[in-house]
Amino acid sequence: MFVVPAGTYLLLFFGYPSVKNVVMSFQQYTTTTFYTGAAPFVGLRNYATVLSSELFSQALVTTALFAAGSIIGQFVLGLAMALFFQRRFPLNGVLRSLLMLPWLLPLVASATTWKWMLDTDSGVVNDALGGLHLVSSGVPWLTGTSEALVSVILVNIWVGVPFNTAILYGGLRDIPPHLYEAAKLDGAGPVASFRHVTWPLLRPVVGVVLVLGVVYTLKVLDIILVVTGGGPANATQTLATQSYELSFQQFDFGRGAAMSNVLIVLSLVFALVYLRAHRRALHA
Amino acid sequence: MKRAPSRGWPSTIIGVLLLAVMLFPVYWMVNASLQPAGNTLRGGWFPLHPDFSGYATALRDQGTNLVTSLVVALGSVALSLGLAAPAAYALAHFPLRGTDLVLFGVLVTQMVPGIAVANALYGSYNDLGLLNSHLGLILADSTAGVPFAILVLRSFMRSIPKEIIEAARVDGAGNWRAFRSVVLPVSANALITAGVFTFLFTWSDFLFALTLTTTETVRPITLGIYEYIGAHTNRWNAVMATSVLASAPAAVLLAVAQRYVATGTTSGAVR
Repeated sequence: MFVVPAGTYLLLFFGYPSVKNVVMSFQQYTTTTFYTGAAPFVGLRNYATVLSSELFSQALVTTALFAAGSIIGQFVLGLAMALFFQRRFPLNGVLRSLLMLPWLLPLVASATTWKWMLDTDSGVVNDALGGLHLVSSGVPWLTGTSEALVSVILVNIWVGVPFNTAILYGGLRDIPPHLYEAAKLDGAGPVASFRHVTWPLLRPVVGVVLVLGVVYTLKVLDIILVVTGGGPANATQTLATQSYELSFQQFDFGRGAAMSNVLIVLSLVFALVYLRAHRRALHA
Repeated sequence: MKRAPSRGWPSTIIGVLLLAVMLFPVYWMVNASLQPAGNTLRGGWFPLHPDFSGYATALRDQGTNLVTSLVVALGSVALSLGLAAPAAYALAHFPLRGTDLVLFGVLVTQMVPGIAVANALYGSYNDLGLLNSHLGLILADSTAGVPFAILVLRSFMRSIPKEIIEAARVDGAGNWRAFRSVVLPVSANALITAGVFTFLFTWSDFLFALTLTTTETVRPITLGIYEYIGAHTNRWNAVMATSVLASAPAAVLLAVAQRYVATGTTSGAVR
């Protein structure tokens, strides 16, 4: 059988962890477990502790803001770039593929660079803003509680724009040119032809891009850990970084599992939306 | 490549400017890596007197980590393609019951956050002795490559005409022979696309490196950078040189396999 090896792998590395996470989330599963093998069942206590903690509600809000900000930014800039690259001009192809670079670089490498660029006293961002007289004193990009969230959103937008551009550009290319000619004959200007031709026909692709954006953003860990480490004062702590911290910093795997299950449920809700959008994109 | 039209240069200029803004951080990474050592964090806007000592430090400290990343990434490519290619073929060409269910499962796996997988694997890896091992990382990192490769390869293999596979069967080849000597060679482009992306996923992996390695014995370069930030903030040029070295494969693959990167980006998401 051709599917057996891959199927076995997927069961071991997705099926098993999913089941195990559910089981662990009902257990007191800590470092002691590794020595004694004992992981007593505690019912819903992990969920109760995790969900009722102040940090959870804060992380939930942060996650929502992080996702919303990132996705709006990525999408708007991505669409603008995609529309721009639809024009025919010399070097279009070369520029378009170079644009992919931020998306392909290891997140840790680019996040490290951003961390340095955003340094309050000696970062190039404040240097440039100061040089242009846009700010009088250094912006605490990484140390101010509201600025830090803006910073990680900015970095995530930067990472995601190329992907959005590539997918939306593909969608734009699939729109038959004669529709634009017809719109032009009917006297439609650029705005009208965007509203009546581009947008309706691009809708299925837009759905896919947005939902994938949500799903990818929910699991972002690298950027936040590298750029702010979740700080200052938990201002950039999301559900994903919370889950990481519970399991791998506090070694409370039971609660970490409870938290990551919340994350899985959220992702799955959007995944189902995605699959519906996906099917529509295929049959459109 | 289409023939470039003679007009449109103003757009090219705007495009170059857009790109300059988007790629500035990449430039800054390279620029910073060429500044002399020191803890000022401040360097010139241009590396007027390029200083390669950051690279010397980076290679000395992180050389083994680069090799680890290479081994793990290549291992993951081999494992992912080895598992995904037969599965993709079966899903594309055999009228199996449950095909939709399997595909649904594959799509859903792409949505599962890695932290959930790592959380559950840690305990089992501890029991099995897979923590801090190349094999452990290869297996975990392939959670990105296997589903992606199945989707990319399947969508390509569906376009292979049934006739050429049947022709091989008529000539007396078994299912496996037909797969090996007809399907795989025809699918070379799709295999490269899936391979390039699996390589990049694994090479860039931070999450599994962070959670499933706890010592210095097997440490991928991404984790090397992360540890560096903690320990060597007085040698930013070395930190940035390491980032440049870690970014090099992505840049090289983009340069030599542009076409595959483009198809991979679109086919992985929309098809």
